[in-house]
Amino acid sequence: MTAPLSDDHLPAVTAPTPAQRPDPTRTAPALVLSGVTKRFGSIAALDDVHIELGPHELLALVGPSGCGKSTMLRVVAGLLAADAGRIELGGTVVDDGRLQVPPERRMIGLVFQEHTLFPHLTVARNIAFGLSGATRAQSRARVGEVLELVGLPELRDRYPHELSGGERQRVALGRALAPRPTLMLLDEPFASLDANLRAQIRNDVVAILRAARTPAVFVTHDQTEAMAVGDRVAVMRAGRIEQLSTPWQVFHQPTSRFVAAFMGEASFMPIDRATTEASTELGPLGPLEGRIPIDAVAMVRPDDMTFEVHSGGDAEITAVEFRGPTYCYTLRLGSGVVVQAIRSHLVHAEVGTRVRAMLVPGHRAVVVRDPN
Amino acid sequence: MTAVDTAADVASPAPQPRARLQVRDRISRLAWPAAAVVVAALVVVPVAMLATSVLDPNVEVWRQQWQTRLPDQLVDTAVLLVGVAAGSGAIGAGLAWLVTAYRFPGVRALGWLLVLPLAMPGYILGFVTLSLVGFTGPIQGWWRDRFGQDAWFPEVRSMGGAIVVLTLVLYPYVYLVARAALRDQAGAVYEAARTLGAGPVAAARRVVLPLLRPALAAGVAVVMMETLTDFATVQYFGVDTVSVGVFRIWRGTFDRDAASELATLVLVFALLVIGLERALRGRARYASAGGAGGGFVPKRLRGWRAVAATTACVGVVVLGFGAPAAQLVVWSVQEVRGERGVPLAGRFAEYLGNSVILAALTAGLCVAVALVVANASRFARSPVTASAARLSSVGYAVPGPVVAIGVLLTLVAVDDLLGALGSGLPGVVATGSIVGLVYAYGVRFLAPGLNAVEAGLQQVPEEITATARSLGARPHRTARLVHLPLSRASVATAAVIVAVDALKELPIVLLLRPFGFDTLPVWVWNLASESRFEQAAVPALAIVAVAVVPVALLSWQLNRRHGATTTPDDRPALR
Repeated sequence: MTAPLSDDHLPAVTAPTPAQRPDPTRTAPALVLSGVTKRFGSIAALDDVHIELGPHELLALVGPSGCGKSTMLRVVAGLLAADAGRIELGGTVVDDGRLQVPPERRMIGLVFQEHTLFPHLTVARNIAFGLSGATRAQSRARVGEVLELVGLPELRDRYPHELSGGERQRVALGRALAPRPTLMLLDEPFASLDANLRAQIRNDVVAILRAARTPAVFVTHDQTEAMAVGDRVAVMRAGRIEQLSTPWQVFHQPTSRFVAAFMGEASFMPIDRATTEASTELGPLGPLEGRIPIDAVAMVRPDDMTFEVHSGGDAEITAVEFRGPTYCYTLRLGSGVVVQAIRSHLVHAEVGTRVRAMLVPGHRAVVVRDPN
Repeated sequence: MTAVDTAADVASPAPQPRARLQVRDRISRLAWPAAAVVVAALVVVPVAMLATSVLDPNVEVWRQQWQTRLPDQLVDTAVLLVGVAAGSGAIGAGLAWLVTAYRFPGVRALGWLLVLPLAMPGYILGFVTLSLVGFTGPIQGWWRDRFGQDAWFPEVRSMGGAIVVLTLVLYPYVYLVARAALRDQAGAVYEAARTLGAGPVAAARRVVLPLLRPALAAGVAVVMMETLTDFATVQYFGVDTVSVGVFRIWRGTFDRDAASELATLVLVFALLVIGLERALRGRARYASAGGAGGGFVPKRLRGWRAVAATTACVGVVVLGFGAPAAQLVVWSVQEVRGERGVPLAGRFAEYLGNSVILAALTAGLCVAVALVVANASRFARSPVTASAARLSSVGYAVPGPVVAIGVLLTLVAVDDLLGALGSGLPGVVATGSIVGLVYAYGVRFLAPGLNAVEAGLQQVPEEITATARSLGARPHRTARLVHLPLSRASVATAAVIVAVDALKELPIVLLLRPFGFDTLPVWVWNLASESRFEQAAVPALAIVAVAVVPVALLSWQLNRRHGATTTPDDRPALR
């Protein structure tokens, strides 16, 4: 099972809670996966996956390529059948590992990376495609609303090839939202956009989804995007959910070394258990509840670290990388452990300088498990 | 936002989850693969029916055949196959090398003109050749005038003549695959070989030829299958193959058992060809090894070499297409101006009508079935649908006589079955209507139609299908509203290719046509067999004119691909 490890050993830090949006009309979880498994030959693309998505929640699904995140999307959408486990949408079972509800009866909105608008239909008719049950007038009205929602009312009669990349993605989103799906699935929806455009479209899309109060799963391989978009973030690895928690927790309280390293730059150092208070080279780990697992290591991120130039210091600067607003220094501590430290661009020191390394006041090294 | 909410509740069906997970869902998911499997079965059954007749051999038939024509037929079949294969392989591969590796006057136009003989059916080139070069023809006349009445001239009505004629119309199959393989793969390795010190000839022999071997094997196999299919052309030349034997027995005596016994021999030859292709291809899999390098940088030929290259290419085009087409035009003009043309005009319309009906029925059937098979592979991606699609294409690799006799056996079996059930159709349904003809054409021509439709569907990204499905469109609606409009150019291409193949098809119609049902090719063949060449010219010209259409289409596509300007953006080419 992939549930987060028992959190009892973690320091009690209060994480910001995601915005709560009570809605009387939707109470059942939007999506439940319990024990879902999907194999391709001998490879388990999904391995006993458990997820529960709240009625209005945006979940970001992040992981390295090939970790199974796109497979998960396809299984939920009904494009692939699960080998085992159960999938519920809005409280109804759609796949129990034997029988599957076909995709057209799942009321799911799909948005892919690119090339998904029907090129032979205008924007309006693309959006109306999913409204087959409605009368002509209803459909027309809904298309108008959706175009307002995605902010493109003037593009109604254009063809997809006459739109910019960002416009296409917004139309694709509107088309998926038009039939009022119970869940949206977005597969790397911004990956084909320019970096400049990307953040803006991403914010627009999130705002539109929130306005439509539609729960959604975003698949992305970009950690920053995952943290910016998701109410919660699920980190996947080799078909399993490594961790499923808030963006803040995934970044600052990762439960495993993999999650810690995947979500951002991180340095790891051994924990010294000799003393009564567990500590690292950089000082005590702080008050801990419970025991430290045997495979635990301590993690610090570059922004946790600082240093002062000191000819008697036991650390040495081994590399400097200029990043515009900051310098990233690589330090070799006395024990040989290598850590990184982010400093303002006003602080400059040469490679080879002896320094005294320390944690930024208020920051702490975090205990993570390193099962491998 | 609130406006959206309230209005939307009216405007769209509420997302109330219905009762789900029904067996119905499983059935609806099985419908498409089931349809694909049925199609594959319908294609395979005739061949299987014929093959199983081997298990119950009629000794009497074999003894009689063996004592009469069979030994000679076996020899003739083998000699013809080897001769046409060698000729087509050499000419096809040689010309492909010439137009790919060298630059000489006219090479661009010749590159696609060399495909044109594909539009000249063998049974037409055959009779034009006989009339021009045969004993009474103008060329031998001129020869004897010049060198005396006893001057030696090769016998045209012979095995040699048949081999030359079939080679001239069939080499483009080899030429096309060889050219594609050269262009896609050979450029980089040829250059590498040259930089490693091999001369042009050594590089071609040691690196390019082995690399081409799989493609050449495939092309030559197609040529041999077409040769096996043909029994009309070779009969002009007095060549007696096993296929000719099938035709003669069936049309002469209507002895179904004897015909099917002999047709199994054709099938054996076909299996030998397939085995040969496998053996030649060996374990080589580089035919699919992706486009490495930027292709050939052609070398410019100068002086007599350039003249020789141009002459060779022009010569082949003239012999295989230009000269016979010109002769047909001349005869047609004479025929139309002359008085004899008038009484035949009525028959021309009738036979043309028959041909068009047959071609339209076949094209409609094949395209519809191809759409089902191709869409089934898209909606239910599984080993079952994949094998069904492959099996549906075997008809093209089975010689016409095998398909025709197999369909005959199948329909007779169905007839018997219906009779046993008490609701007997009039017995003529199997053998006396065009049902059998259309079925046989469907079996034989589904493959080219399926190829084109599948290619079109491949242009539609998987994600578009997924999106349409999750927007509530069931598979048949997705196929109709999304797949069909997005692949309509390919569907049209498929229809044209199949219709033209059906229009110029001769062997199957000769075997299976109902009494009194003549098509243009049958008429041409009848007239030509009676040496009424001038009268055969008008319908023959009509056939050639129609057959040029898909060849031109093919050349155009090849040239466009050669341009290599296809960007991801124009994938669904719709404006």
